[in-house]
Amino acid sequence: MATDLPNILVMGPPLIFPDFQSQYSHSYNFLTFFASSLPLPQYLSSLNILPSSIRAILCNNMQRVPADLLRSLPSLALLVTTTMGTDHIDMPECRRLGVRVATAGGSFSEDVADFALGLLIDVLMRISAANRCAKKWLRSELPRNIPPASRVGGKRVGIVGLGKIGTEVAKRLEPFGCKIMYTSRTKKSSVPYPFYGSAVEVAAESDVLVVCCSLTEETHHIVDRAVMEALGKEGVIVNVGRGSLIDEKELVRRLVSGEIGGAGLDVFQNEPLVPCELLSLDNVVLSPHAAAVTSESFHHIMELVAATLHAFFENKPSLTPVMQD
Amino acid sequence: MESIGVLLLCPVFSYLDQELDKRFKLYRYWNYPQSVQFLKEHANSIRAVVGNSNYGTDAALIDALPKLEIVSSNSVGVDKIDLNKCREKGIRVTNTPDVLTDEVADLTIGLILAVLRRLCECDRYVRSGKWKKGDYKLTTKFSGKTVGIIGLGRIGTAVAKRAEAFNCKISYYSRTEKPESNYKYHPSVVELASNCNILVVACPLTEETHHIINREVLNALGPKGILINIGRGKHVDEPELVSALLEGRVGGAGLDVFEDEPNVPEELFGLENVVLLPHVGSATVETRTAMADLVLGNLEAHFQGKPLLTPLV
Repeated sequence: MATDLPNILVMGPPLIFPDFQSQYSHSYNFLTFFASSLPLPQYLSSLNILPSSIRAILCNNMQRVPADLLRSLPSLALLVTTTMGTDHIDMPECRRLGVRVATAGGSFSEDVADFALGLLIDVLMRISAANRCAKKWLRSELPRNIPPASRVGGKRVGIVGLGKIGTEVAKRLEPFGCKIMYTSRTKKSSVPYPFYGSAVEVAAESDVLVVCCSLTEETHHIVDRAVMEALGKEGVIVNVGRGSLIDEKELVRRLVSGEIGGAGLDVFQNEPLVPCELLSLDNVVLSPHAAAVTSESFHHIMELVAATLHAFFENKPSLTPVMQD
Repeated sequence: MESIGVLLLCPVFSYLDQELDKRFKLYRYWNYPQSVQFLKEHANSIRAVVGNSNYGTDAALIDALPKLEIVSSNSVGVDKIDLNKCREKGIRVTNTPDVLTDEVADLTIGLILAVLRRLCECDRYVRSGKWKKGDYKLTTKFSGKTVGIIGLGRIGTAVAKRAEAFNCKISYYSRTEKPESNYKYHPSVVELASNCNILVVACPLTEETHHIINREVLNALGPKGILINIGRGKHVDEPELVSALLEGRVGGAGLDVFEDEPNVPEELFGLENVVLLPHVGSATVETRTAMADLVLGNLEAHFQGKPLLTPLV
């Protein structure tokens, strides 16, 4: 349908899309490419839309945005992703083509940090496992063998990636009496916690690892067999970053064999598929990539995306906050 | 000390059982179904009782144990011990304060997150395979919310410190205002409940605080508010809480304690805004060991004529 509304190519789609589409259907022409099985050129020609009419993409990380797709849209200038991470986007190609990438920036840092703490406390204190037993307790059946609960206080917690999320995690852990340390690409001079140059080194000094870094070529499988070995039999891993930050196969093997103490996992290598061996373990807590997903963050990102797209298409600076590059 | 009779009212953490057995002549009360007979035979050798929050020492038991010198409770709460009678008869009473303060405060934050962010439900969602069909729903943010604490004692203060790191505003109700704290005081529980998102019960159980959470408080807390109880079941009018939750007059609850443990109101099972735990606050290995060491330390101090570690009476 040719209209004079600006075209926005939608991929993913982002969680906000249904609401966003209904709220802004009079402002933009949303091309729901995510729902099509055609390759992009055929999809566009089936709608009589010229690739050169597309200046903006709205996406999340459910679909990859590869170089060839970027190159096929000669007028593309803005890529809005509702995620913090950009591992689904060919960023070097964006830079090469001069495509601005707008992300959620720090919008979700608090929610994700909250969730990381929730997973950490749950795994150590066996909250979800005990919750499963509450029904049996009523009937005075012997509770299932929940692995013994362990204190949060006094634990040495190694944060892998002291970025926006890692910093919020550390701040929340302090009053729990945890000893906090970290590894990151670079040492942060203003931070009071001990720095280690690698994940193996921080794991050797930790009881718990909280993985919150972004996924890049360098950080792929940053938590590998050597790191898990260094962490030890009683070690616990919490992952709120990306599934591929951990060698998932090795983690599962160790959880099943008892070579690692437990895990709290919000992300997986091949979502929404979760290794079936995990589904019967009481020393793991699993969640469906939900760490950032609150009503508050939902409404916040709706506003941010709206302001960003509005400012872009009006070619005017925004009066309200827009997304970071 | 192996000849000193110690009556153990209930099964305890294995480390405590073993150590009591090693150091004293231990009588495990639940092994004697004919308690009257048992007491007749052994009362004269029993000089100490060890119980917990659910198994206390009432007037009848005190009368049945003429040689009783000390009640060492493996708990903080002593609402089931007849303290007045103990005072009357010069019987010492000890509990295990402080060692579980941090753990209970940690559990409180864990429960808040479990309720607001639906952690247990998320875990169920993944285990049931539902994630393959679609994402889980929106949950509620914790950071920045207002936490209202009933009782600003050791546990209440520890909860406040943790919640502050989540940028929460802290308000409280207490018998007396604590001007040295920087938190906002409310002179009634209803007013506290009206002005917070998360209401935490962290006071001791007394006659005044029995059913401190009643219908009026629950209505004031409201459909967006959540209740966290890590105190005693009897702090809450449980049937009122159940109907408030079923009718949506309260937004959710995280409960570690119940009026009639181990009975948990059946209606609450299957409510995804409710997290129920089988009284696990104090269940970590570290805390159980620390509590046991206090029980043993108090008993030893008493029988060696030294000052008690944590006396209440």
